Amino acid sequence: MLSKLKQTSVAALGVTFGIGAYITLVCFMTGLNKMLDGLILNQTPHIHIYNEIEPSKKQPIALYEEVKNSFKVVHSIKPKQSQKKIHNALPIVKYLKKDKRVKGAIPQIKTQIFYIAGSIELGGNLTGIQPLEEARLFNFQNYIVKGSHEDLQKTENGILLGSGVASKMSLDVGDRVQISTIKGDIFPLKIVGIYQSGLADLDAIQSFANIKTVQRILGEAENYITDVNVKLFDIEVAYNMAQEIETQFKLKAIDIKTANAQFETGTTIRNLITYAVSITLLIVAGFGIYNILNMFIYEKMNDIAILKATGFSGKDVQYIFMSQALIIGVVGGVLGLLIGFGLTSLINNLPFETEALPTIKTFPVNFDPWFYVIGITFALISTFFAGYLPSKKAKKIDPVNIIRGQ
Amino acid sequence: MSIVLQTKNINKYFRKPVLFHVLKNINISIKKGEFASIMGKSGCGKSTLLYILSTMDTDYEGQLYLNNELLTGQNHNKLSCIRNKHIGFVFQFHYLLSEFSVLENVMLPAKKLGEKSFEEIEHEAMQKLKILGIEHLALKRASRISGGEKQRVAIARALINNPSIIMGDEPTGNLDSHNSENVFNIFKQLCDEQGLSLLIVTHDEDFAKKTDRIITMSDGEIIS
Repeated sequence: MLSKLKQTSVAALGVTFGIGAYITLVCFMTGLNKMLDGLILNQTPHIHIYNEIEPSKKQPIALYEEVKNSFKVVHSIKPKQSQKKIHNALPIVKYLKKDKRVKGAIPQIKTQIFYIAGSIELGGNLTGIQPLEEARLFNFQNYIVKGSHEDLQKTENGILLGSGVASKMSLDVGDRVQISTIKGDIFPLKIVGIYQSGLADLDAIQSFANIKTVQRILGEAENYITDVNVKLFDIEVAYNMAQEIETQFKLKAIDIKTANAQFETGTTIRNLITYAVSITLLIVAGFGIYNILNMFIYEKMNDIAILKATGFSGKDVQYIFMSQALIIGVVGGVLGLLIGFGLTSLINNLPFETEALPTIKTFPVNFDPWFYVIGITFALISTFFAGYLPSKKAKKIDPVNIIRGQ
Repeated sequence: MSIVLQTKNINKYFRKPVLFHVLKNINISIKKGEFASIMGKSGCGKSTLLYILSTMDTDYEGQLYLNNELLTGQNHNKLSCIRNKHIGFVFQFHYLLSEFSVLENVMLPAKKLGEKSFEEIEHEAMQKLKILGIEHLALKRASRISGGEKQRVAIARALINNPSIIMGDEPTGNLDSHNSENVFNIFKQLCDEQGLSLLIVTHDEDFAKKTDRIITMSDGEIIS
């Protein structure tokens, strides 16, 4: 029965294309998803700790015993007088680094500055960072289009200029730029690299320097830290940990999910679409097999009849068709995996250049072996069912009817 | 002489489209080594009877014995085994599997029986083909040989498990007189030399006349 090579191979091809397309689609889609996730997740701290300028939660009047039971109205509340820096920042960083859930915690200083170009002053942000740590935890190096984060680490008065700033002021690596603090002190800094996040608004104002350089520019001590960024091993505990930190240190701690709620939704929906499409593909392939085997049985009526007449039982005939279906499933499935692998490799090497992602040169593909396992399993299951129903029919064929009909 | 095949009061009805009494109290017995033919007009129930005798049709009343063993009421798997081992078939149409070689076609029922090794089966199949004078076709594809040859291959296939009886449903119906003659001679030879029992349904009077016994049927009854 296996010798009808042409039809069998067509059926197997159906599976092949189904599984191949499934593998390609899933790998490509999840690759893209991962990249988009990475865009946000890799450079966003899982928990961002800072000192929020906000009004006191308890206004002083609430403490006043004599009006305890009265209804109090306070007009024009002002924010509480407090410092921008995190009190005791270095011990907090140390404490966080010891926590088993934490992959890393790095201090930052965020400050407003002006870039000075002749008589023109451009407003901007300067962030003091530890370049090597940033690169390790938040893939900082991916956003440096010229120069490198190591250069920043090595150069005392170095600055990593946002690409927008650089083009506005016609500056390049090796040039010097003068910046002025809010207080009016002017510092010349050497440009060691160009930073491009992909967000034009951000690139037009943002620059980075060594944390110590920024402390010196601001004339602050070494314990002056305004932000702490925490990266966790498991992103799921971010919310709980942010709550803990808030109560423990009386600081503002924002976890990634709260900060990027809409992003989370986008990811879920994209995943949903991927799975819906791939399941459709697999089901279509399954019906293809069902159809072909069904046709096959009609064509093979006579052979089935004679097999039965010469003493093959219904079960034997069913077994023949089932094994044929499974052979189609295995051969088609394995070929499909190979085709899927080939296509994804091809896509992986296709050039894909975009402003937003300076380091990505080819389309992203996710080579997860699980997709292959799922693919081949589905191929086997679907061919099993696609073969089971027609083979059931073959089992029930009455040889007398066929032979008499001739 | 011992009796190979025996029926007792077989009655058969067709229920669709209307109730129709096809076979009425059929009592026949075929002795070992007997070459019997069944004749009768179209629609008198010859083929229906043959399918009952062949155990493929189980929807009847009465009893059927093969080698003095009651076959009526056995389950389908058991009947499949019995068909495989004890009954050989030759149909009007050859029903060879066209993608397989002649040899493979002949070997198929023996492989199913599974009593012998592959080499033994192959040897036996070659023997049968030799008896029928078509051993030179063994490796050809079944779809590439002539009609008369196909019918002989079908006979070889019927013989492969050394059955107790061979049944034929107009085995010469599609053949010209020369090939018919040939097939008859083969049957005759098998009957004489190997003591096979044969039961052949036929329209061909010349063919029937040469057999040991003619069973004539009319309107579902045996008249002689």
